[in-house]
Amino acid sequence: MDFAFSSEQDMLRTAAREFLAEQHPLTGLPAIIDGEPGWRPDSWKQLADLGWTDDELTLLDQVVLFEETGAALLPAPLFSTIALALPAIRHDKDLVASVASGELKLSLAWAESGRPQGIADTGLATTVDADGRVTGRKVLVPDATFADALVVTVAGPELRLVRTADATVTPLSTSDRSRRLSEVEFDAAPSQALGDGSVLGEIENRAFVLAAAEALGVGRRALEDGIAHASTREQFGRVIGTYQAVSHQLVDAYADLELARSLTYWAAWALAEGDEQADVAVAAAKTAATEAAVTACERSIQVHGGVGMTWEHILHRLYKRAQWLEAFGASGRALRAKIADSVIG
Amino acid sequence: MDFRDTAAEAAFRAKLRDWYRQNFDPSAIPGAGRPDVDFMRSWSHKLFDAGYVGLTWPEEYGGAGLSPSYQAIYFEEMVRAQAPEHIGIIGLNMAGPTIMAWGTPEQKQRYLPKLLSGEEIWCQGFSEPGSGSDLAGARTTAVLDGDHWVVNGQKVWSSWAHIADWCILVVRTDPAAKKHEGLSYLLVDMHAPGVEVRPLRQITGDPEFNEIFFTDVRVPKDSILGKPGDGWKVAMTTLLHERGTLAFALVGQLRQHFTRLVELSRQPAPDGSVPADDPVVRDAIAREWIELQSLAFTNYRTLTTLLTKGQPGPESSVVKLVWSEANQRLTKLARGLQGLSTMLDDEGGVWDGYWQYRQLRSRGNTIEAGTSEILRNIVAERVLGLPRSR
Repeated sequence: MDFAFSSEQDMLRTAAREFLAEQHPLTGLPAIIDGEPGWRPDSWKQLADLGWTDDELTLLDQVVLFEETGAALLPAPLFSTIALALPAIRHDKDLVASVASGELKLSLAWAESGRPQGIADTGLATTVDADGRVTGRKVLVPDATFADALVVTVAGPELRLVRTADATVTPLSTSDRSRRLSEVEFDAAPSQALGDGSVLGEIENRAFVLAAAEALGVGRRALEDGIAHASTREQFGRVIGTYQAVSHQLVDAYADLELARSLTYWAAWALAEGDEQADVAVAAAKTAATEAAVTACERSIQVHGGVGMTWEHILHRLYKRAQWLEAFGASGRALRAKIADSVIG
Repeated sequence: MDFRDTAAEAAFRAKLRDWYRQNFDPSAIPGAGRPDVDFMRSWSHKLFDAGYVGLTWPEEYGGAGLSPSYQAIYFEEMVRAQAPEHIGIIGLNMAGPTIMAWGTPEQKQRYLPKLLSGEEIWCQGFSEPGSGSDLAGARTTAVLDGDHWVVNGQKVWSSWAHIADWCILVVRTDPAAKKHEGLSYLLVDMHAPGVEVRPLRQITGDPEFNEIFFTDVRVPKDSILGKPGDGWKVAMTTLLHERGTLAFALVGQLRQHFTRLVELSRQPAPDGSVPADDPVVRDAIAREWIELQSLAFTNYRTLTTLLTKGQPGPESSVVKLVWSEANQRLTKLARGLQGLSTMLDDEGGVWDGYWQYRQLRSRGNTIEAGTSEILRNIVAERVLGLPRSR
């Protein structure tokens, strides 16, 4: 039984934390994400140079990394490229190399209006013809405006790679400005074959683990803000953190996050090792970590009082990312139903 | 990161599992899950003879000298076999580690072997009617008279005191000193003249905990851990272990409850419906499984930190807190599946009152071994670094 990270993983964590604090401080985030294009495209090359887009990173390495990029609300298509798209192109060495070098940013277009919207759900209306031309409409595509190409699920199921330049991308006003959603229309768009849909289950599981990892970072950051506020704000002549009605809320947020952290590490390990409990471990981690992050943000807003409700404060940015992650892919209810099927039968 | 057993751990697990198969039949436990003292005593002897008690204790005191990961495996297999714990929970988890940390060589030789074998049972004399969470406010006194301490006072909430041979007792030996500095930590013979135990009936109906009255009880001068005045520090060692090594046992018990909850949900309820067919029940059970797994893997994280850094990480501080609330929720959920039949006692009730007993007993989980309020204060101050609340 060994729960320890390797020294390389500890170094990755430290390096990521330092780089993000210096290059992507949260204080500078609102100006970037409230404007256009909503991120700093010039920063992508830096991330690639750090090795963050490299397929050599293990899932556990990525868990370490995504907790940090989550805490920074890093507005870049890293989640969409690495968590959502990379497994679909892994068999193509040229594409993998292009992602690693920073030349190719990706996302996944899976959901369609009026149909089940899980990543692994099939029965799709989007089609590909004999000439490889994709036709159809996808909704809720993350970071589509930042991506160079999209992995598109089509009837079959099958996966196709389409350049965003060959599709019509319509950005939607998204509550989490740091991870925007778009509609994408394909009208006989030329595409490259990527294989059948068998990889979708793996994509979903990996994306859930990394969503959980991001959520741990988001929740941790919100909790740190809550602790800092409760340690300095005075009312009735005392620092409010001395009031147990305040401090105990923060303790509960801490407890939720630490328990979810244990589940996330377990899920990452189980998935990477092909453990028989991988599916339920991932489901547990995804729902527990995203719910813990949402609750941590809510408790932190409460502890901040009125200032926590203001647009100027960073908390609502964290809160909206936590809500994004919780809503992404599958609801807690759906994930618990999956767990119940496994443990009750 | 690797959650598989090492070869040595796997061999230990296989041997232990086989031992349980040969030596234990869950249907042989009397009393629908209520602790049966005679049965637990003989079972504890059996465990000791097989070498499964004191796995992490040094060999010189009769232990097996193994790493804490073996203790974790022991609890996992105990749960799997649905077997009961050793009867000397307080001795093994509290008195024993404290004697190892503070005792003289003579004290270690005198107390530890009999504690391990289950021959001598220990209880804890910390709480008093006037000082529960506020341990440093203890008012039971010990005054030196020649070669003996003379103890007078009253302790309360002492589990197993009615069957105990020895007591770890916090007393005030210097009334003039500051609150935390006037305490001492004695080892008291429960059979000595002047010790009177009055069982308190709990809401379960069982007399599991007790009041202990001390009237001019003479305790040999050298039956003290540390020096006079060290009582607070010694007691902290006890509480550290209470909240540390027990975590695996607690989560093991929760897993047993969870397994039985699933079993219960699959059986027709008294009204003929099958709870496992109800999506709301399924959702609630899944939530408890998630919580259970998160506690189990948090324990593994703690274990790793313990093995690599010598002490548990801060995340371990929340396990008892979260466990206690999870156990309360889970047992309530089980009773909620039974309709009004949940109010029938013992033989008349579902599973002979198993869930009724477990649920009522669980109400104490957020009070015993540090109330949830005190534990949250400790995490707020020591882990989150918030200012002291008092």
